[in-house]
Amino acid sequence: MTQTTLSEFQRAEDSSRMRSPWLQIVRRIVKNKFALVGILVIFLIVFVALFANVLAPYGYDAQNLDAKEQPPSSAHWLGTDALGRDMLSRLIFGARSAVFVVLLVTTVNLVLGVPLGAIAGYYGGWVDALIMRIVEILFAFPGLLFVFMIAATVKPVILGWARANGLADLARSGYLDYAVVIIALGFVGWGGLARFVRDQVMAVKVRDFVLGAFAVGVPTWKVIYRHILPNALAPIIVLLSAGMGFIALSEGYLSYLGIGLQPPNPSWGNMMAENAGRYWRTFPQSIWLVWVPALILTSIVLAFAFLGDALNEALNPEISD
Amino acid sequence: MVAIVVRRLLWLPVVLFFVSVITFLLGFYAPGDPVQVLLGVHATPDTIERLRHEYGFDKPIFIDPDAFGLAARELSQGKLPLNAIQQFFDTQYFRYIANALHGNFGYSLVKYRDQPVGELIAERLPITLQLNFIALVIGVSLGLPLGILTGLKRNTRFDFTVRTFTLVSISISLLALLPILTFIFSRRQDIFGIQAGPILPMVGGRLSTISGTDFNDCFGGLAPTLIGWGVQPENIPDTRIICLNQLPKLVLPILIESLGYIAIMTRQMRASLIEVLGQDYVRTARAKGLRERSVLVRHAMRNALLPIATILGLSLGGLVEGSFLVESWFGIPGVGALAVDALYAREYYIIVALVLIIAVAYVVALLALDLIRPFLDPRLRQVE
Repeated sequence: MTQTTLSEFQRAEDSSRMRSPWLQIVRRIVKNKFALVGILVIFLIVFVALFANVLAPYGYDAQNLDAKEQPPSSAHWLGTDALGRDMLSRLIFGARSAVFVVLLVTTVNLVLGVPLGAIAGYYGGWVDALIMRIVEILFAFPGLLFVFMIAATVKPVILGWARANGLADLARSGYLDYAVVIIALGFVGWGGLARFVRDQVMAVKVRDFVLGAFAVGVPTWKVIYRHILPNALAPIIVLLSAGMGFIALSEGYLSYLGIGLQPPNPSWGNMMAENAGRYWRTFPQSIWLVWVPALILTSIVLAFAFLGDALNEALNPEISD
Repeated sequence: MVAIVVRRLLWLPVVLFFVSVITFLLGFYAPGDPVQVLLGVHATPDTIERLRHEYGFDKPIFIDPDAFGLAARELSQGKLPLNAIQQFFDTQYFRYIANALHGNFGYSLVKYRDQPVGELIAERLPITLQLNFIALVIGVSLGLPLGILTGLKRNTRFDFTVRTFTLVSISISLLALLPILTFIFSRRQDIFGIQAGPILPMVGGRLSTISGTDFNDCFGGLAPTLIGWGVQPENIPDTRIICLNQLPKLVLPILIESLGYIAIMTRQMRASLIEVLGQDYVRTARAKGLRERSVLVRHAMRNALLPIATILGLSLGGLVEGSFLVESWFGIPGVGALAVDALYAREYYIIVALVLIIAVAYVVALLALDLIRPFLDPRLRQVE
């Protein structure tokens, strides 16, 4: 009898400690096994990306022509490609490329999409009409082809700028490919986010606490920034986390098609493209080199999809009965 | 209602104008000079200048500022500014658009030397349309029933399995799917030393044995081919045999393309059915004692299908866009494969034309949808 009361008391105590909304969200996510696996995968990739130069046994562009097209061995755990580059090292540095591109593209989308969406949703009228018409025009373009056109046009501009400013080494190094990919994907991606933020803001701005904030004389920008956006935040986070996987995938597609990161740069997409060519000729060894990057890409997209689903349910408990 | 329709119709040319301007300018500023490509490295500046003039590349790109001055002069002389208008529209952009409206999208410069881009696209478009249409039909006919079933039996094991399948098939990249499925279907005997039978390698194989024109003769009307092996083309006696051999090879690409449609249809159908089943009018229908079947068909489904109509409309607009990876991987001579070839060869005329055609298809589909929707959903008729 006393036992039960005590444990009940403790449970009540625990639940009061867990009442913080963020802790509750974390607890709901942790309960979801798929989401846990997703988070684990994402952490692993970020960890590998951060410590790539420590973890990788060789450089991503270090060629050893005496040991090309090797099957997996103790020296090269995942074998080597046609130029004698260690596959494992390239995969590890590929994680760095992917994380870098995903983070920066998401940032570009946020910086463009959230303010424009918030302004459109808040002010309505012709501002809303203008911004939404721009988004509509953006949506009319076929995604990948449009990205290609942007990348093709932006690249010479950036290269010319780098050369003119005494950065010829940088122009030669291939680091500018990252800028091209990020600009192209960032420019295409913000439309969906802006439309979404706009709908959220429109729904929130008529609620009582917003009217209350105006009534006590809070300036407009502060109402948007402090009161409206935080309350529209949950669905935006869900959208972003689901979108990150597809940004990684888009980078893979672009690099696979030869538009994104160019071959000396490590990217899972261009590794597949390089090795898929040999796939049809010398089959049994090089199939490995195509599958491993493909499976890593897939698992990242899945990880973000699971995380997005779990976040969706954790942030909107009322829809997941 | 009428106001909305009129506004949409007026908006269409504006969208198309901006889309075409942006596409044209991006293509124009992309690296590579078509005249230089045509004439090669040994061309004299004189020849280059002459060809440039012949093709109109020396004209202003988009807007001719001199036209405004001319218009002011003509107006001050009391004449209609006809010459100014003519000069205004005599720029590269407007010439391109005028040509494009006549089906002339320029010429391929490198890869398909001197072939008109319009012709290149026209002979590949039917193939892509047919493939995508079959994939869409499969997607709808599998996705809708799956979505309804999972929506009705939510949180059961069946629901869970189907949801996982759709999530995986949305997330799994074609980059991963293509090598794996091809491996399973076509090359397995290479590694295990087993002959997998005559069908499997054919299903996974590439269509590399026939060219685009053969494909058109063979599948020019893939649907009639599927129904009754089509009409026998005149000059090629053994087309039917080619067709018979090639047909199994279409199984895998169609299957892969339909996966995405299946997943989207299932998820959307499930979500909208669940949402509709929670509505008051469904409870009312149940409360007044209607049979469950009648509640579902008459009350729930008719509303749940509305978002599906939107997706279907957009998918129909998207039929024009070939899948780059699927078509180039399996050697299907469609629009997607053409786009990939154009990417590799930096054929900007082809890319610009493809972007324009796909964008027009999308915008027109969107417009048609907006016009049709009030007929499907009476609630939309009362807006404004």
